Amino acid sequence: MSERDARASARFVNIGERTNVTGSAVFRRLIEAEDYEAALDVARRQVESGAQVIDVNMDEGMLDSERAMTVFLNMIAGEPDIARVPIMIDSSKWSVIEAGLKCVQGKAIVNSISLKEGEEPFLDQARRIRRYGAATVVMAFDEEGQAETAEQKFAICARSYRLLVDEAGFPPEDIVFDPNIFAVATGIEEHDDYAVAFIEATRRIKANLPHAKVSGGLSNVSFAFRGNDTVREAMHAAFLYHAIPAGLDMAIVNAGRLPVYEDIPEPLREAVEDVLLNRRADATERLVELAESYRGRSKEIAADLSWRSLTVDERLSHALTQGVADWIEEDVEEARLALGRPLSVIEGPLMAGMNHVGDLFAEGKMFLPQVVKSARVMKRAVAWLTPFLEAEKEDADSSSAGKVLLATVKGDVHDIGKNIVGVVLQCNNYEIVDLGVMTPSARILETAKREQVDIIGLSGLITPSLDEMCFVAAEMAREGFELPLLIGGATTSKAHTAVRIAPNYDGPLVHVTDASRAVSVVGTLMSPERRAAFAGEVSAEYGKLREAHGRSGGRRPRAKLEEARANRMETDWTACAPPVPPALGLRVFDGWDLAELVRYIDWQPFFAAWELAGRFPDILEDAEVGEAARSLHADALAMLDRLVAEGWTRPRGVAGFWPANRDGEDDIALFADEARSERLATLHTLRQQMRRGRRGRPNLALADFVAPPGTPDYIGAFAVTAGAGIEERARAFEAERDDYSAIMAKALGDRLAEAFAECLHERVRRELWGYAPGERLTNEELVAEAYRGIRPAPGYPACPDHTEKRAIFRLLDAEGNAGMGLTESCAMTPAASVAGLYFAHPEARYFGVGRIDRDQVEDYARRKGMALAEAERWLAPNLAYEPS
Amino acid sequence: MTEVGGAALEAAAAERILVLDGAMGTMIQQLGLEEADFRGARFADWPQDVKGNNDLLSLTLPDAIADIHNVFLDAGADIVETNSFNANRISLADYGMEDLAREVAEASARIARTVVDGRRDGRPRWVAGAIGPTNRTASISPDVEDPAARNADFDMLRIAYRENAEGLIDGGADLIVIETVFDTLNAKAALYAVEEVFEARGRRLPVIVSGTVVDLSGRTLSGQTPEAFWYSVRHARPFAAGLNCALGAEQMRGFLADMARVADTLISAYPNAGLPNAFGGYDETPETTAAHLGAWARDGLVNLVGGCCGTTPAHIEAVAEAVAGVTPRKPPRMERRMRLAGLEPFVLAA
Repeated sequence: MSERDARASARFVNIGERTNVTGSAVFRRLIEAEDYEAALDVARRQVESGAQVIDVNMDEGMLDSERAMTVFLNMIAGEPDIARVPIMIDSSKWSVIEAGLKCVQGKAIVNSISLKEGEEPFLDQARRIRRYGAATVVMAFDEEGQAETAEQKFAICARSYRLLVDEAGFPPEDIVFDPNIFAVATGIEEHDDYAVAFIEATRRIKANLPHAKVSGGLSNVSFAFRGNDTVREAMHAAFLYHAIPAGLDMAIVNAGRLPVYEDIPEPLREAVEDVLLNRRADATERLVELAESYRGRSKEIAADLSWRSLTVDERLSHALTQGVADWIEEDVEEARLALGRPLSVIEGPLMAGMNHVGDLFAEGKMFLPQVVKSARVMKRAVAWLTPFLEAEKEDADSSSAGKVLLATVKGDVHDIGKNIVGVVLQCNNYEIVDLGVMTPSARILETAKREQVDIIGLSGLITPSLDEMCFVAAEMAREGFELPLLIGGATTSKAHTAVRIAPNYDGPLVHVTDASRAVSVVGTLMSPERRAAFAGEVSAEYGKLREAHGRSGGRRPRAKLEEARANRMETDWTACAPPVPPALGLRVFDGWDLAELVRYIDWQPFFAAWELAGRFPDILEDAEVGEAARSLHADALAMLDRLVAEGWTRPRGVAGFWPANRDGEDDIALFADEARSERLATLHTLRQQMRRGRRGRPNLALADFVAPPGTPDYIGAFAVTAGAGIEERARAFEAERDDYSAIMAKALGDRLAEAFAECLHERVRRELWGYAPGERLTNEELVAEAYRGIRPAPGYPACPDHTEKRAIFRLLDAEGNAGMGLTESCAMTPAASVAGLYFAHPEARYFGVGRIDRDQVEDYARRKGMALAEAERWLAPNLAYEPS
Repeated sequence: MTEVGGAALEAAAAERILVLDGAMGTMIQQLGLEEADFRGARFADWPQDVKGNNDLLSLTLPDAIADIHNVFLDAGADIVETNSFNANRISLADYGMEDLAREVAEASARIARTVVDGRRDGRPRWVAGAIGPTNRTASISPDVEDPAARNADFDMLRIAYRENAEGLIDGGADLIVIETVFDTLNAKAALYAVEEVFEARGRRLPVIVSGTVVDLSGRTLSGQTPEAFWYSVRHARPFAAGLNCALGAEQMRGFLADMARVADTLISAYPNAGLPNAFGGYDETPETTAAHLGAWARDGLVNLVGGCCGTTPAHIEAVAEAVAGVTPRKPPRMERRMRLAGLEPFVLAA
């Protein structure tokens, strides 16, 4: 061996695994964001940590993998400290491999080709790899599938070898066999010998196939212990310890973290080796038991896989009710082969399983999160069958129970509830046409006609959406629709539906409170026998509601505006000098620490979003929903771990502080500086008009919390968002037919935005406004708002007018500083966003404006320079009178 | 696939050190041609200036090119290189002549073929079809702001080289020289293209791959060491590999030795006549050049020698004399090992 060889050659080759979008979510996120500079750093660290070859893999459904491979390899070519090592071009797609081969000047390794598709394509690819000048990994995979036993592995490798060397003229020293490292300790007896089979196959390859190399993907072997890194790393170290002497030449590893065999503590080492070497029948049980004591934070357990030995129908049923998608494709395929037709699988075991899920849900034995998980499994199953259905020209929808169009109306971006309803309906065999968010009326109507849907469902979260729903209903009537129309979403109500929407539409109209209700309502409306009677009942009920509303004349006794103003909250400003913020102007926060936000999460609304009612954390121990809540909470925490570790999203925000004084009775003037001569903006607040008795409580308006001219006071504003990454991630999950994770991501995004607002508010109190520097509160106290100062948000009870967001966004330049936007209905984008005002007044508190009378709305419209009708539209839910 | 012309060439190379010719460009420069000479009658109205388009002379002044070949053969060259260094559509696009690439390549080969076939003294001589690198590079971004950008990619180069190779083979080349490789990815595209042509024609020719070490760092322009370069082109099983251009013999020796130590094929070397002087000319005398190459030959370093920029028939004559009767290098038997490369070589244990 020459001196140079001694330096640059190696007995065992570490192939860096981190530049792989399927193996490293950090890397995937960087590539998805096209942050190739940072992606290069990942590659550089691999080389610095001792990777002798770096594996580059861009196989991700959402990526243009050919392009990503090309761009990244071109980038590497310009980095001598990375490009000095050879590249392993890793893809399951030949087109991606070829794109990679066209970018490397050195001699690379292709990973991988196999006999999976037969000899012809195998030889063709091998010849082309040779012509491009690369070595190649060959998987022990043939037309029959992946080799499991040592005999199968060797047989396929030997056959591949002969073909490559004899037919394709491939140099034997440029062949690397990957005889498949599979998971052991899965609880399935047939898997017990997998590690032994690999090692034995390696030995035989090295003995019988001259010059060929052996490689493997190490992390597979410990798959059953995912979440328990200690045990996994011990398994990896022990596996290498035994496989390298047998002839393993290289493995794809995390080059910086290759564990050392000698460092594995006893008795873990013995237990791990018992499993790997299949030395005793109870090896798995013993390791599983022992693993508990090495467990870190993660609560994942080595799953009980005994159900895998049931019949295929039973396995499908189990997978659906338990929401386990890991084996669904192979089970569905088995069922398809057994039943002969793909449609038979859908109409048979899959439908039976979903009906069972639907029954359990209806009986309250399953809860929403579990149903959504089941739906994910069902979607994967149907996706597998779809190509076969198309081949047979069969329509998967032929057996659908009905077609439901769902849309979040124009101007609104919120869709968690709508998506949940869609998923649950799908579980009940309805076909869903989901038009997404911000859907104009014309598109809803046009799609309904074209798709011949049976039912239309409208959703919205913010108050202006109520108005848009009235408009859609009127448009449906105008175009002669008679389809049932469902109304749902947080601000909708039976009363609003009855009083405002029903007069616009003659067809069946039902307000739906939640997803479980949606199933029964849709079921009834789809039944020719029950539909008319049900629609009649609902219509009669809404009629009564309208009557009751009409009897009250829509009026409630309100205090006159002057009376209310006279009963404002008074402050002795001489005794209560407003605190001065240490710095005025804007503070921009780009990329707030996600891990910190997680600590500020208020979990209760999260469970409410999943229709699990109860106080947190008591809900986790609840006799009825506790199990579902615990499981949901665990999934949420696991996703948060990934979200934080992989940096799915970049929280952005902006806060500002300005000199301010009350302006007139109920407005607040903001000034450019302490001179208080140049007015930057005017904020308009609304005053409670409840009738108060003498010496009763005051009629509050937010303006009461700000001092009148003469006393220097201040106000703050903020806009924060969990970031655009949440929605991108949700879309990616949706593309993978994983609605459960998509909804989870959005629900967590909402929580993170709220947590951001909470966290920033704390910093404002302690530092940015600084009037409570010593404040130290627990999260429970924060949730209970046991602090001085408030952060009311437009659209919420103290400030019901959404249009006030426009002034806040303008003051903060929320678009430029935080990447946030406002729709025409003043919904914020990204959806996981919060914006509001800061008041530091010691008596400031949250309150509800409640119903307001025409005198105030007229005054308010005048102050805002808004037409009365427009003000009435924005304030519709708060009107104490019937607008003309 | 049968290798035509290869057997005699291999037999000759086993017996003696073969001599390549000298610098075509230098010889053309000495003719002092003007714009009108380059244009000839055919391109009198060509919309762009064509002076400096040396390859075009194969169409417009074929006798001058034939003369140059003859002079080098008289000086003792066994192999003449065709006047086709830029006869590809990428380089010729500078003159708006991309569509003439194939015609120029074929004409260049035909001139050399005719000259070589005209020699009837019983001594075997060969025509080497020259494939230059083009004026673009597949591994380096033309835009400092965008390191992933490329103004040439593998397929664009492959198509250009294929046309070039087809012309050379149809014009009668006995072997192909992929030379002055400053970017190995370009060379790999050329090798791929040449293989495609061989496959289509059902016959393969010997191939020489000759890299260029651009400065004393000992690396190609695209950053590879000579050993890494060899591992990156070895899959094509070239008849010979080596270095040319850029450096004089004195500076080239160490880098060539690095390659010769690991290349289990013949080694070719045709350096410039020293380093260029302040005016871009070459001052190294034939005696100096010949002294270096003669020493390489005696040290068992080379199988084919010749000259690049600045080398005249006098240089070739001196070199031929210096290597005459010296036993050619015997390629080493390399162990069968996986030999990979990035910018640097990486060899796995056996």
